[in-house]
Amino acid sequence: MSEKTYQEINARIRSGKAVVVTAEEFINIVREKGLTHASREVDVVTTGTFAPMCSSGAFLNFGHPAPRIKMHRVWLNNVPAYTGIAAVDAYIGATELPEDDPLNSNHPGEFRYGGGHVIEDLVAGRPVRLKAVGYGTDCYPRREIETTITIHDLNEAILFNPRNAYQNYNCAVNLSNRTIYTYMGILKPNLGNAHYSTSGQLSPLLKDPHFKTIGIGTRIFLGGGIGYVAWHGTQHFPAIQTDASGKELGPAGGTLAVIGDLKQMSPRWLMGTSYLGYGATLSVGIGVPIPILNEEIARYAAATDADLYAPIVDYGEAYPNRKPGNLGYVSYAQLKSGKIMVQGKEVPTAPLSSYPRAREIASILKEWIQKGEFFLSEPVQLLPSPADGLTGKVLKG
Amino acid sequence: MSPRKIVLRFGPEISDKPIIYRLVKDYDLVMNIVKANVNPQKEGIMVLELTGDNYEQGLKYLREQGVTVQALTHEVVRNEQRCTMCGACTAICPTGALYLDRPGMEVHFDGDNCVICQLCVKACPVRAMEVKL
Ligand code: SF4
Ligand code: SF4
Repeated sequence: MSEKTYQEINARIRSGKAVVVTAEEFINIVREKGLTHASREVDVVTTGTFAPMCSSGAFLNFGHPAPRIKMHRVWLNNVPAYTGIAAVDAYIGATELPEDDPLNSNHPGEFRYGGGHVIEDLVAGRPVRLKAVGYGTDCYPRREIETTITIHDLNEAILFNPRNAYQNYNCAVNLSNRTIYTYMGILKPNLGNAHYSTSGQLSPLLKDPHFKTIGIGTRIFLGGGIGYVAWHGTQHFPAIQTDASGKELGPAGGTLAVIGDLKQMSPRWLMGTSYLGYGATLSVGIGVPIPILNEEIARYAAATDADLYAPIVDYGEAYPNRKPGNLGYVSYAQLKSGKIMVQGKEVPTAPLSSYPRAREIASILKEWIQKGEFFLSEPVQLLPSPADGLTGKVLKG
Repeated sequence: MSPRKIVLRFGPEISDKPIIYRLVKDYDLVMNIVKANVNPQKEGIMVLELTGDNYEQGLKYLREQGVTVQALTHEVVRNEQRCTMCGACTAICPTGALYLDRPGMEVHFDGDNCVICQLCVKACPVRAMEVKL
């Protein structure tokens, strides 16, 4: 079996000879020329995903005013940021809400503005109102400050998302007889609709099910700029799904923690997002390059929408109450067709993750690599894989 | 009196009743059906131009039957800059005015099929659907 190394691929990128294709293009090449040929010919396969990713946020350093202040509480456009770090540092989380937000008191609440929207405003260069209070110390005597900043006024603005790029996700339905408002969108009663949220055959972690290439230090497309995989994400429980007969139905459960310079990024790929009745968050664009080091990696990267499956889960009753099991599996090919069968009923489907934007990310990343502006980084350490058998814990109480 | 445009919304439990027939017969109203649609969940939506002396009584009758009546004074538009083409609105839109073009999965908006129910305005995660007065 022929093997390539990261060094060889980067040398080919440097000399402008690397063969870089998107995951969609790779599927076609494998179909036409076979896996062995494709894995020899292609050096890098690019992937992409663009969807709401709640576990996102940014570290900000505001710089010191005169006199200095130890910021004990900070608000950005009225949204609180976490300040339990250093004097003029804060972390603004994507799902944070203004203190006077009516929340769900008038259900379903609108959640029009939150931390994700603050991040979008910052990255777009729009002015943001900063308010901070301190309790006064000998070295940091000032007790309050209120001013307007833009991202250019900050020393550092670092996007750090502890859990992004979910490998796979549930297909959400509602068996109950009332409309429900979830992080999977509005689900109509009695199986009125089904929502899913990955870009299927373009989605990064679906294309590297055993984490053979993605690890700590992997250079990625993040929010329109260059970012890195910092660690495995929280709730990283990778596994290979199987049906009752043991047939493999693609992977699920992996996540990434990612980091990058917010100042390089763009509001096209970081958008404040609101879910009626649920909350506010941030939509994030991520693209991961997969080096085709050998035929095994090529085979995984060539998985199509027909090979990758999502479990159908009832959000009316089973999900909120943490009842195990599901209502069966559907392939992304079925989900993308616009209707699926659940309990003998035909249910219309809709995505929450943008396939056109995922495709755009995979193309941008491909272009960066082809132009020699983006090189692959060999992970310092690979992430836990399905073989490590990580599973989630249940909180008792 | 010039015709007035209204939007009617029928729940599944009344969409099979002869409500429009009674509206014409009992209230002697002249109507022009601009748009009408019943979705697979049997929810009906209709945009009407309505004229006649018994206009107010007619609306009262509709409301008594459980029909939601709203004046049509605005339109729903899509902010093309903001729409990410995610598709979250497409299974929610009752008339198919917002729909996915397969296999590319781009989301299209056909204003002619829109009945201004505004469900997409609430369902769109990035607030790309806007109401214009
Ligand atoms: S208002 Fe929105 S959901 Fe309602 S018909 Fe028009 S496009 Fe569809
Ligand atoms: S939900 Fe909003 S962003 Fe998504 S396709 Fe519909 S209009 Fe566009």
